[in-house]
Amino acid sequence: MKEKKVSGLRLYLKYISINVRSMMQYKKSFLMTAAGQFFASFNAFLGIWFLFMRFHTLAGYSFSEVLLCYSVVLMDFSLAECFGRGFDRFSSMIRTGSFDRVLTRPRNEILQVLGSSFELTRIGRMLQASVVLVYGVTHSGIDWTLLKVTTLTLMLAGGTAIFCGIFVMNAALCFFTLEGLEVVNILTDGAREYGQYPVDVYGRKIRFFCTYVIPYSLAQYYPLQFLTGRSDNALLAFLPLLALLFPLPCYWLWRFGVRKYQSSGS
Amino acid sequence: MNTLSLSFTSHTRYEVNAVKRIYNRWKKYFSFFRLRLVTGLQYRAAALAGIATQFVWGFMEIKLFYAFKTSDPDAFPMRFEQFASYIWLQQAFLALFMTWLMENEIFDSIMNGNISYELCRPVDIYNMWLARSFANRMSRALLRCVPILLVAFFLPAPYAMTLPPDILSFVCFLISMLLGLTVTIAICMLVYMLSFFTVSPQGLKIVFVMITELFQGEVIPLPFFPPRMQRVMELLPFASMENVPLRIYSGHISGNETVRVMTLQLVWIVILIAVGKLICRAAMKKTVVQGG
Repeated sequence: MKEKKVSGLRLYLKYISINVRSMMQYKKSFLMTAAGQFFASFNAFLGIWFLFMRFHTLAGYSFSEVLLCYSVVLMDFSLAECFGRGFDRFSSMIRTGSFDRVLTRPRNEILQVLGSSFELTRIGRMLQASVVLVYGVTHSGIDWTLLKVTTLTLMLAGGTAIFCGIFVMNAALCFFTLEGLEVVNILTDGAREYGQYPVDVYGRKIRFFCTYVIPYSLAQYYPLQFLTGRSDNALLAFLPLLALLFPLPCYWLWRFGVRKYQSSGS
Repeated sequence: MNTLSLSFTSHTRYEVNAVKRIYNRWKKYFSFFRLRLVTGLQYRAAALAGIATQFVWGFMEIKLFYAFKTSDPDAFPMRFEQFASYIWLQQAFLALFMTWLMENEIFDSIMNGNISYELCRPVDIYNMWLARSFANRMSRALLRCVPILLVAFFLPAPYAMTLPPDILSFVCFLISMLLGLTVTIAICMLVYMLSFFTVSPQGLKIVFVMITELFQGEVIPLPFFPPRMQRVMELLPFASMENVPLRIYSGHISGNETVRVMTLQLVWIVILIAVGKLICRAAMKKTVVQGG
């Protein structure tokens, strides 16, 4: 007799519901961590605020335009951390050997790692990002046409995809190094901290890096040029679609790692 | 003549004994310090990753402020070399001043009850933790500071770290850095002591880290705050942490101002340690060991 196979999506939702339910056993701890997430990024916001009180403008960008950028990147990062946390903490799965258990199950291992964790506590940071986003959207003086709303949505999707890709890449590297490479924090935390500002303020070399090496600017700087009316080229609005491709090579690296993987746990 | 020399020797002997007594009293804390320092120096791989991260952080921070400076040069409150030195010193000596680098072992021992073992030892718990914090922070900083500073000195013009204006400000910088480290640790000690009175220190920690980061000039240096706000902030204990030594180094604080801010550092050290010890005594009286 053949059992009916549950669809991948159903399984994933089941994983999420298990994660959320187990987290809700410790409600107070959950609320504390979520509040902590809210406040931790609050300092970054205050920093921008005080700097603009002094300088008023940054390389031609106004306060609300930078806030738009800040909130989009913060939202991207929080979403990626919320859904992709399993990959972010993948090194512990390798070290403890629980990835071996994953491999013995007859389901896709990406799905299982993705489902191993769902960080709802990041909702604190998302809340802050949403508040700032609303401020940025209403105060930046942008005329919100349908195309521009689409651009903003694509920016969110593309940025999240890039951060997810980096998490997967870092997890894939764990197959070879057995522990997480702390240096990768530069690409995640660093991008969250310094991606608050449009990348062109850091100069041409950084912009080059953020376009061709890790393509952050596809979902940040270029569509922002279109959003703020610095460029009329509607093609820029759809560049974040390219960013959606970034997880692909990361996935290949992961596949390569899985094939090379020899157990390490005990 | 004879009696005089006799009394002289007995006097020196008394002096020697006093030094010895003090040494014996503090010996245990020195060995805590040495032990922790040696342990901390073992984590070289983590230090290497830390150095790379700190270097990128510093570089991006300087790039960002350079962009702000070009946007409105007159609004920049310090010379740019002074700012670059501030940032590189901040990154190199991160481990000395960051409050998120609190001793989790201490929180854990308070929560899980291991604190009872520590209380059995014939040592003063405040002094022991003080010695331990000094050692942990210094070992981390020792491993990380040299490569960062070396590279920072050889960077091209606006980004490079510069030498202090004169030898006096360098000496003042070293002393005030030690004072700043003491203030940082004394403030952290307050949090450890207060966590005796709560079941979970999580909330306390979050609020504390956020306040210290903002008020000690970690998010943006204090001179970048609005002037009126800055004047108040400079009087708070948080300004005596990294703000003072990093600005003395580059000469942004100089002359009589140096004497004033360093005296303030000393005053805060005395107050913070006194309050810390008082809370410690109160905590010891009513400690309920939670763990089993």
